[in-house]
Amino acid sequence: MSTPMNTVGRPTRPEMGLVAGTGAAAGTFTGNKALMLEEPLLFERGSTDNSGVDLAPVPPVPDRLGGLARDAAIGLPGFSEPEAVRHYTRLSRQNYAIDLGIFPLGSCTMKHNPRLNEKMARLPGFADIHPLQPQSTVQGALELIQSLAHWLMTLTGMPAVAMSPKAGAHGELCGMLAIRAALDAKKDPRRVVLVPESAHGTNPATAAFCGFTVENIPANDRGRVDLDALIARLGPDVAAVMITNPNTCGLFEPDLKRISDAVHAAGGYVYCDGANFNAIVGKVRPGDLGVDAMHINLHKTFSTPHGGGGPGSGPVVLSAALAPFAPIPFVRLGKAGLELVEEDTADAHAPDSFGRMVAFHGQMGMFVRALAYIMSHGADGLRQVAEDAVLNANYVLASLKDLYTAPFAASGPCMHEALFSDDFLDGTGLSTLDVAKAMIDEGFHPMTVYFPLVVHGAMLVEPTETESKANLDQLIGAMRHIATQMLADPDAWRAAPHFAPRRRLDETQAARKPVLGWKDEAAA
Amino acid sequence: MRYLPLSTTDRQAMLATIGAADIDALFADVPAEARLAGPIAGLPHHASEMAVERALMTMAAKNTTASQAPFFVGCGAYKHHVPATVDHIIQRGEFLTAYTPYQPEIAQGTLQVLFEFQTQVARLTGMEVANASMYDGSTAMTEAVFMARRITRRAKCLVSAGVHPHYTSVLKTLTRFTGDIVEAATPALTPGAPGHDLDALIAAIDTDTSCVVVQNPNLFGHIADLTPLAEACHKAGALLIVVVTEVVSLGAVKSPGEMGADIVVGEGQSLGAGLLFGGPYLGLFACREKHVRQMPGRLCGETVDASGKRGFVLTLSTREQHIRREKATSNICTNSGLIALAFSVHLTLLGEKGLRHLAALNHARAVQLADRLGRVPGVTLLNGPFFNEFTLDLGREARPVVRALAQKGVLGGVSGGRLWAGEKALHKAMIVAVTETATDEDFDAFEDALDEVMG
Repeated sequence: MSTPMNTVGRPTRPEMGLVAGTGAAAGTFTGNKALMLEEPLLFERGSTDNSGVDLAPVPPVPDRLGGLARDAAIGLPGFSEPEAVRHYTRLSRQNYAIDLGIFPLGSCTMKHNPRLNEKMARLPGFADIHPLQPQSTVQGALELIQSLAHWLMTLTGMPAVAMSPKAGAHGELCGMLAIRAALDAKKDPRRVVLVPESAHGTNPATAAFCGFTVENIPANDRGRVDLDALIARLGPDVAAVMITNPNTCGLFEPDLKRISDAVHAAGGYVYCDGANFNAIVGKVRPGDLGVDAMHINLHKTFSTPHGGGGPGSGPVVLSAALAPFAPIPFVRLGKAGLELVEEDTADAHAPDSFGRMVAFHGQMGMFVRALAYIMSHGADGLRQVAEDAVLNANYVLASLKDLYTAPFAASGPCMHEALFSDDFLDGTGLSTLDVAKAMIDEGFHPMTVYFPLVVHGAMLVEPTETESKANLDQLIGAMRHIATQMLADPDAWRAAPHFAPRRRLDETQAARKPVLGWKDEAAA
Repeated sequence: MRYLPLSTTDRQAMLATIGAADIDALFADVPAEARLAGPIAGLPHHASEMAVERALMTMAAKNTTASQAPFFVGCGAYKHHVPATVDHIIQRGEFLTAYTPYQPEIAQGTLQVLFEFQTQVARLTGMEVANASMYDGSTAMTEAVFMARRITRRAKCLVSAGVHPHYTSVLKTLTRFTGDIVEAATPALTPGAPGHDLDALIAAIDTDTSCVVVQNPNLFGHIADLTPLAEACHKAGALLIVVVTEVVSLGAVKSPGEMGADIVVGEGQSLGAGLLFGGPYLGLFACREKHVRQMPGRLCGETVDASGKRGFVLTLSTREQHIRREKATSNICTNSGLIALAFSVHLTLLGEKGLRHLAALNHARAVQLADRLGRVPGVTLLNGPFFNEFTLDLGREARPVVRALAQKGVLGGVSGGRLWAGEKALHKAMIVAVTETATDEDFDAFEDALDEVMG
């Protein structure tokens, strides 16, 4: 029997992929290994005649589709409910998740996602309301948005907030559009945006979408923005500086207030990437540092779940200078209660708004979760969040810096994440990737790797405040073991992971001949 | 604090390991004048689970839910029944609390789901490839316009009058500084074909046109054969972008791919997500295979692992911001993974048979209600062909009618005035959506209430 192959010659059944002679798997008949269960694609098992949904009969009325009925087969297989539950449950077990263990992805703030938040987001009063219902029927929803807005403004010390951006990068876009609108209102033609080398890739990408030209500013040897270089570059063509604080090296930018003052004096604006707000929430208000706009990733600092890559939510706090340019819609208190300022009332209440960024009102489901989290912690608890997040990261840094190269440890404590490089592996032929894959075998999700770009083979470890000391001690123990063994016997470490559902995957092949969807063998 | 595992003893021991005298020593880089001495004043302190629950339930109770009233609101968000299995699956911690699958060896669950999702979306829209989702339909549409500019190297985009006005607004906002030229028409309440403007679009296509954006069914519910438009686009070297805001329609109405679309974008909320007051929703994005390298957003692809087993990875990331920075195809980082999962589970439960049944049911019920409401004195049904949404001409300002219906406990539709504040001629329109969730009693209540309000 020949192995079925798809259009690019890859095996089409997971259990058929056990190439003879590699000794890769203890050959079970099914390809399963006890609780490690292989699961075929929906398209390999489902049938277009099968359904897991019972529906009322269709009333016999003549159709009014104007001759546009979809007659051709669509090719969508279905599962009965038991098959569907098992398919997705089996797939879920091939995922690592916070619920399973520490997930120390730097810059991502993978903290525990409280289940109260999930319960609250599912209250029908929040989950089962339509964005275009009459406003008198959604006063509680508007109240929730306004409550969260109040918390965000107070925690950041900023006078305004735009709630609608759908994620962090969308929030950046909101902030930069506000800056562009403010400049245009003054007929100010400045177009250069300064971005530190260590910035998230979204920063330069966003600035480019707002018609700005991006220039890099260097870091100093302490991992901070080079203040002198930045100030020397300021001038009549500089529209804004985009700065991340704490920065992507996990360090606080101690000169941010001086930078802000200098940028303002030169006629520009300061955008702060708030991805790392978890380190300072309740301890420092960005408004006190002269920031004009900062997005807040509700899916980081305020614990809304990442869901395998979204949805996020990225409200943007704004200074008084930028507030008039905020997008519609937003909530205000009117004569008859809370009201949404949309296109119909924008002339009266938001004449300078730069417009609409999303179809509706933003990520309501995330707002509910974030508010439940914020109310649970309160002002005192949030301060403790920042303190514990910083304590945990420094504990990791202190416990590993003798083995792992810690490029900025000499300059003092880090904030919420500890940055290492793979310089300590020089001469072994091993690198950061091998450390990451070895961590997988130890039952951890790896740290962020190869970011920020300013450090060779970066490893950015962000434990978050929701890890216990015992968990951290286990992580530290494993990382010390990996480093020690890698230095002692490098050759044993080139092929990890060995125990994950898959060995290393061939990403080059995936990109060279992309297969982005299932194709039936018959069509091949 | 119930979410914080460190004890006071732990904290002391850890500070000792670090060699810091106290927690403030770790914040030494923060200038003294910016350091807050204690919890921010004027904000409440921590609260029990029960107290938070009580406060939020009080807020939630102030809203009228779609299940409490006869409900006919649509225009880009639709109330469909979501099987219980969907929410069960998306609440599994392995899906809910995972990150973007950057470490594929331990993220095959998410990746295989995305691969299946991409295949489902491609087939549903009649296209060849789909990405792993975007924020929502409106931002997906904007990204499609950017993509068309990259492919055609032309900047002019023609937007049909039948496109959701919020989508057009988003497009205008996000193209203000990108060099794209957006020409959007104002809709007319044409009897038999409200919002239909294909002939005008065909006439407007020229050699500067990068793309034409058309919605099907359009905002007024009208459905049209887009084939002539696709032919006109292709003849002029432009791309046809089709927007679908009600994906259930694809179980009954010929797909955009079958009608010649080059890019299909959509709002996937109808399957799996629920109404959620507008978000999080699900941006769908599909195109022809030849354009895949110009596509925005994350893509999941098939490959093999070191022992030859099939597996999945995120791929073609050289298009993305974390590699390309200011030259990226998009600034987007996050997608809508969990809602893509919900969509995929719902569509898997339906299967083709269930989707076609659901679509037929939506259509038949909408036909029934349209005819009943069209007979209410003073009310005219404007649509010829439609799927599950139609437009009524009330002959008077519709917004007060919608509010009066709400007073009578019926959430009856969306008024033209809410969507096109500046276009007086559209204010007499009320757009009504009908799904499988509306009962005969709901129909009776709507008809009676409308009759009273109009009388």
